[in-house]
Amino acid sequence: MPDIAAAFKLDWPGFTLDVDLNLPDRGVTALFGPSGSGKTTLLRCIAGLERPVHGRLLFKGQVWQDAATWLPAYRRPLGYVFQEASLFPHLSVLGNLRYGMKRNPAAQARGLDQAIELLGIGHLLERQPATLSGGERQRVGIARALAVGPEVLLMDEPLAALDLQRKREILPYLDRLHDELEIPLFYVSHAPDEVARLADHLVALDNGRVAASGPLAETLARIDLPIRLGEDIGVVLEATVGVIDSEWHLARADFAGGSLWTRDRGLPAGRRVRLRVLARDVSLAVAEPGPSSIQNCLAGRVDSLGDDEHPGTLLVRVAVGESRLIARLTRRSAARLGIAPGLPVHVQVKSVALME
Amino acid sequence: MLTGSDLQALWLTVRLAATATLILFLLGTPLAWWLARCRSWWKAPVGAIVALPLVLPPSVLGFYLLLALGEKGPIGWLTQTLGLGMLPFTFWGLVVASVIYSLPFMVQPLQNAFEAIGERPLEVAATLRASPLDAFFSVAVPLARPGFVTAGILSFAHTVGEFGVVLMIGGNIPGVTRVASLQIYSHVDAGEYADAHRLSAVLLAASFAVLLAMYLWRPKAGKSL
Repeated sequence: MPDIAAAFKLDWPGFTLDVDLNLPDRGVTALFGPSGSGKTTLLRCIAGLERPVHGRLLFKGQVWQDAATWLPAYRRPLGYVFQEASLFPHLSVLGNLRYGMKRNPAAQARGLDQAIELLGIGHLLERQPATLSGGERQRVGIARALAVGPEVLLMDEPLAALDLQRKREILPYLDRLHDELEIPLFYVSHAPDEVARLADHLVALDNGRVAASGPLAETLARIDLPIRLGEDIGVVLEATVGVIDSEWHLARADFAGGSLWTRDRGLPAGRRVRLRVLARDVSLAVAEPGPSSIQNCLAGRVDSLGDDEHPGTLLVRVAVGESRLIARLTRRSAARLGIAPGLPVHVQVKSVALME
Repeated sequence: MLTGSDLQALWLTVRLAATATLILFLLGTPLAWWLARCRSWWKAPVGAIVALPLVLPPSVLGFYLLLALGEKGPIGWLTQTLGLGMLPFTFWGLVVASVIYSLPFMVQPLQNAFEAIGERPLEVAATLRASPLDAFFSVAVPLARPGFVTAGILSFAHTVGEFGVVLMIGGNIPGVTRVASLQIYSHVDAGEYADAHRLSAVLLAASFAVLLAMYLWRPKAGKSL
């Protein structure tokens, strides 16, 4: 019995949305896809800002929409963060924060204080929205959505309208939401880095349809249906900073089944991180490789093979302990090496991206 | 100095303009909201009807109103049936005529202001638990405040300035329907140029002061948006 079940059919000129999803009631669910894939429309359908003719939305036992029921947006217990902060210009920051809170009898003053603390905006409360920077505005927008005491937080590309520096300013706050929030968070994004960093569950949309939906690491490791997160196929591994090698400025990240060395970015040992390993950065060797500039070499076993986009290459999924990596090989080298499921291989990883 | 009948005419004008503006706020606001937000086919014809007094000669409008409000007109029949008597040549007849005559001056600035707000602030309000009516009063009205000020001033000033319609409907009865513009006409008609001058100067100064205040106030309102 899924806690959140959403099915929508919507027909607009030039665009069709047709989805049927079960979504987790915990953690961050990324709705990911290129522009025009329907991710924002899906989020708006969940929020009740769009009214699809055919729709069914069950949220933790409450019917938000079915053939007989339509709960308008203002009666759904949710928080929504728009791409532009969209603060009310006629209210102060505190007035904005209180707007929703006042209208929800169940919202508590504690929720407001928590939201202010979580987003670090205590010093901005008396300010007018027009005097805030873009990053500050978006933090207030997120806090305003949280202060209403929602049972689910919906975010529509909250970083898309910001420049790189503002993004860096906000990302740590989103990490905090990810770590501290007890309600589910649906996060629309077309930015692979944000998804790899924040998401626990991935819904990949393409042309108004669901291309894949499942836990992030598991979904990205599928090679029967490769999901490109950005420029290349790759996996995400949950890891912990193990050892810092201060002499060579390297840090070792330990994941279930092995560890990988990356450049030391000043993170303390014990810090939980995510590693992103792209298929193009992984190569396989059948025999123990000789001395090489590639430091990261893991023992694994071929799990399965899948087609790549180009007929000359294929994707090989390799099990390293409990984790899975994907390597891209040319079909010729795969044939010469005799790559087949069950074959023990040495996995060489040329490059790892580390995300806090 | 202004004579007693001048002051009476001025006071009548202010009462008429204030009453008409008040009624226009009540009628024009929902109408402007509907015109700003609806996608219905009816939007174009209704918008055209609202704008009609802008181009119609006031005497034409007054003529039809006189027929409609008169003994054999539909509205006249209604007011008589309701025991309100006849509206032509009364203060309330002037009010009805002024409301229709000044309708575009209320509706169009409000409609523009509501359209400028866009969909987003109302969607934000909805996600913050505000019902559509609540969102209208707590978000749309404050954001459209410059539009309300402009609409109120224009409607008031335009009602003060009307002549043809009040002449047709009101009939220039001293103390009852003789507003300032008709009083000036009567002065000129009687060759009392000095009296006409004084009253005209008062209206000129007042109109300029109101418009000046509006233009001084507007840029500030623009900034707060």
